[in-house]
Amino acid sequence: MTHKDIVIVGGGPAGLAAAIAAREQGVQDILILERDARLGGILNQCIHNGFGLHTFKEELTGPEYAERFEKKVYDAGIPYKLNTIVVNITKDRELTYINEEEGAVTIQAGAIILAMGCRERPRGALGLPGFRPAGVYTAGTAQRLMNIEGYMVGKEVVILGSGDIGLIMARRMTLEGAKVKVVAELMPYSGGLKRNIVQCLDDYGIPLKLSHTVTKIHGKERVTGITISEVGPDRRPIPGTEEYYSCDTLLLSCGLIPETELMKTAGITLNPVTSGPDVEDSLVTSVPGVFACGNVLHVHDLVDFVSEEAARAGKNAAAFLGNPEARSHSTKTMLKGINGVRYTVPEMLDIENMDPEVVVRFRVGDVYRNKSISVYYDDRKIRTIRKRVMAPGEMEQVMLTRDSFQGIGPVKEIRIAVEDPA
Amino acid sequence: MGENTYDVVIIGAGVTGAAVARELSRLKLHALVLERAEDVCSGTSKANSAIVHAGYDAMPGTMKAKMNVRGAELIRELSHTLDFPYRQNGSMILCFREEDKPKLTALYERGLANGVKEMRIISGDEARELEPALSKEVVAALLVPTGGIVCPFNLTIALAENAADNGVEFRFLTEVTDIQKDKDAYLLHVQTSGGASEIRTRYVVNASGVYADKFHNMVSEHKIHITARKGEYVLMDKEAGTLVSHTIFQLPNELGKGVLVTPTVHGNLLVGPDAVDLQDKEDTETTLPGMDDIKKRALQSVPDIPYRQMITGFAGLRAHEDGDDFILGEPEDAEGFFDAAGIESPGLSSAPAIGEYLAGLIQKKGGFQPNEQFISERKGFIEVAKLPMEERNALIRKNPKYGTIVCRCEQISEGEILDAIHRTLGATSLDGIKRRVRQGMGRCQAGFCTPRTMEILSRELGIPMEKVCKNQPGSEMIKG
Repeated sequence: MTHKDIVIVGGGPAGLAAAIAAREQGVQDILILERDARLGGILNQCIHNGFGLHTFKEELTGPEYAERFEKKVYDAGIPYKLNTIVVNITKDRELTYINEEEGAVTIQAGAIILAMGCRERPRGALGLPGFRPAGVYTAGTAQRLMNIEGYMVGKEVVILGSGDIGLIMARRMTLEGAKVKVVAELMPYSGGLKRNIVQCLDDYGIPLKLSHTVTKIHGKERVTGITISEVGPDRRPIPGTEEYYSCDTLLLSCGLIPETELMKTAGITLNPVTSGPDVEDSLVTSVPGVFACGNVLHVHDLVDFVSEEAARAGKNAAAFLGNPEARSHSTKTMLKGINGVRYTVPEMLDIENMDPEVVVRFRVGDVYRNKSISVYYDDRKIRTIRKRVMAPGEMEQVMLTRDSFQGIGPVKEIRIAVEDPA
Repeated sequence: MGENTYDVVIIGAGVTGAAVARELSRLKLHALVLERAEDVCSGTSKANSAIVHAGYDAMPGTMKAKMNVRGAELIRELSHTLDFPYRQNGSMILCFREEDKPKLTALYERGLANGVKEMRIISGDEARELEPALSKEVVAALLVPTGGIVCPFNLTIALAENAADNGVEFRFLTEVTDIQKDKDAYLLHVQTSGGASEIRTRYVVNASGVYADKFHNMVSEHKIHITARKGEYVLMDKEAGTLVSHTIFQLPNELGKGVLVTPTVHGNLLVGPDAVDLQDKEDTETTLPGMDDIKKRALQSVPDIPYRQMITGFAGLRAHEDGDDFILGEPEDAEGFFDAAGIESPGLSSAPAIGEYLAGLIQKKGGFQPNEQFISERKGFIEVAKLPMEERNALIRKNPKYGTIVCRCEQISEGEILDAIHRTLGATSLDGIKRRVRQGMGRCQAGFCTPRTMEILSRELGIPMEKVCKNQPGSEMIKG
């Protein structure tokens, strides 16, 4: 069986950044496996701008952002295989991939970095009632057909869900001559970034109807119209509030789900809130030597944070090769989101072995104004950060430093909470 | 025989029409199947419980009882000769109240009368031992080991493909608008996008599902009436597919017929159906109340169904005839016109038996000789992901397209999609590919593979992307 030091599953932004970071740590024997025909992942179809403000201090399009990382991979001569799908991973880090040239090949990896990204929640999973005609697309599929293949999926559009891709597609389709009639959002708040609401809906006069959902899809062959209804606090449609929109297309932007199929075969522990794996601060999963980063770990808003996170995974995978046992006997401190904080990534901190600074990312479960985020080490409140607005659509973060654990004795649990400011 | 003259014309390429066609292809005759949709298996046959009923349910002596028991036997054999997915997983009918136990016994006795073998009444505890996910409230159950599950698409496609390979013609997107008796023959008026034409045939087989009353009533004064009875279903991810291994029914009582919970032959979990009588025979809409109702009622059998794992919902129409039984054969006043009408549950299970029965009647009537070239076997679609690695590699070496995975969730390769398109009666639409090889049937519901599959279909059929359809013309995927 062939051996590779580090195998990276996925050649999108996370996989590329992880590969580059691992190479910077001196790992020579790296292999990136990408199922699409090109590197760059979902960024290739994100032709709008707004990428890279944190990383490069300038505004790039998705393909431009990807290109900067691709170039580093090419320049460093990091090997990659395209049109190659990984079909199995074991807990002993054996990995099987398939492509046209080689068929099915099993290799032994020293470390594995999982960077498979996420998928969109489809119509069926939402249980939307009505016919099942052509013209119902997830926003990302429509985006691919428009931006990569060059086809308009429709002329008159209703969008369900105010996730970022849906908002971006509302603007994109408008610019291409389609009429976007309304964006309906089940929740009383938007699921996307504030800047996207302003730049993609408000600027084009597209109405956003909060607390609304699709209650009927009309048209047997192709969509002919959509009925939306207001929902009550229980998120159930309120009879009598139905509004009909004639249209030929329904786009869905109702949530992203990490693509964790391969983790299941390896027996990696998954987090029911993020749907991604539980990880330590090193981004190692419950299986030693298998790391995760990017949208397969938890769904991000900004690719800049994906790149930063993935670089940590690459660096830590390299460290694992040098000393696989470094973390096997140390104590792990649990991180917990409470009181409005839905989850944290990482879920565990290895204080003994942690970096000088560890970023903890999380989302809140509701819209909060003028609240604060508090960090507790067991029952001790360590920090409080004032927040003017927090929303589920915007990822939050706090920094934990190694120094903050000096001289305070063992910490069993770290809690992060939304609180009223003192 | 002239271009538009046949011995037998079958109206409808659902499972019944395909089964009749396949049986007729054993004979030396000219047969034609007319289908208004773009593919086989496009009506009732495509949206149902996918159950091969053992045969305990129908009243002894009815056509339903006879056809069901024989049909279930035939499906078992055919799954080998025609190579389609079938599994004898056994059925269980749950009883929740002590006072309903006599009904369970009655069902058992009905099964015996119909010739169903190996049945047993078991206690609630025994039932839970076999199926740990069952409710604590189950007090007894009828265990029917001969019940099974099947892929309705591949059953229909296998029958139709084998019929076509043995000489039966198929015309799609062809709608019968009128039927007239003309001396010893029937004259069928048909409509296609190319215009109207007439087809002459000695015999007609009416296998037109919810529309069978329309065609029957064109030729007979003994009118029949079919109601489209809608049933909604929800389908769960494969992760939930092992929650139960048997098909779990509920004993019908005054509260209703009950809903079933079953694994599918491909490993998903299926819940449904309800039963709503419709005026509109095209109404396959799902509804919120309908889906909520079946979901709630299924929890009585299996309390922990993970509805979070739902990947799709659908609705199908059953062709319910007022007389409550299958109508098979010639009406008194329409010799040569063979009905297969009122084919509701257990219609899927019965289809091969109905085919055998009607083909037998037609052979007797027409005195047709055996078709010596008849080939009874057919090779099914290769499921690459299920092959052992060495076989998979050998296949990829022979045809590298089997190494290109298009559908990630179900791991369907381009090779399989090409096979679906280029076989006898190949797929011409996205749904056609999906039903043959399961591309897009997984948890992302074709989110990733739709653009790719559209490209393949466009390339292989030599049609522009704008003409690629989900199913029938009018269901174009691109509109711009």
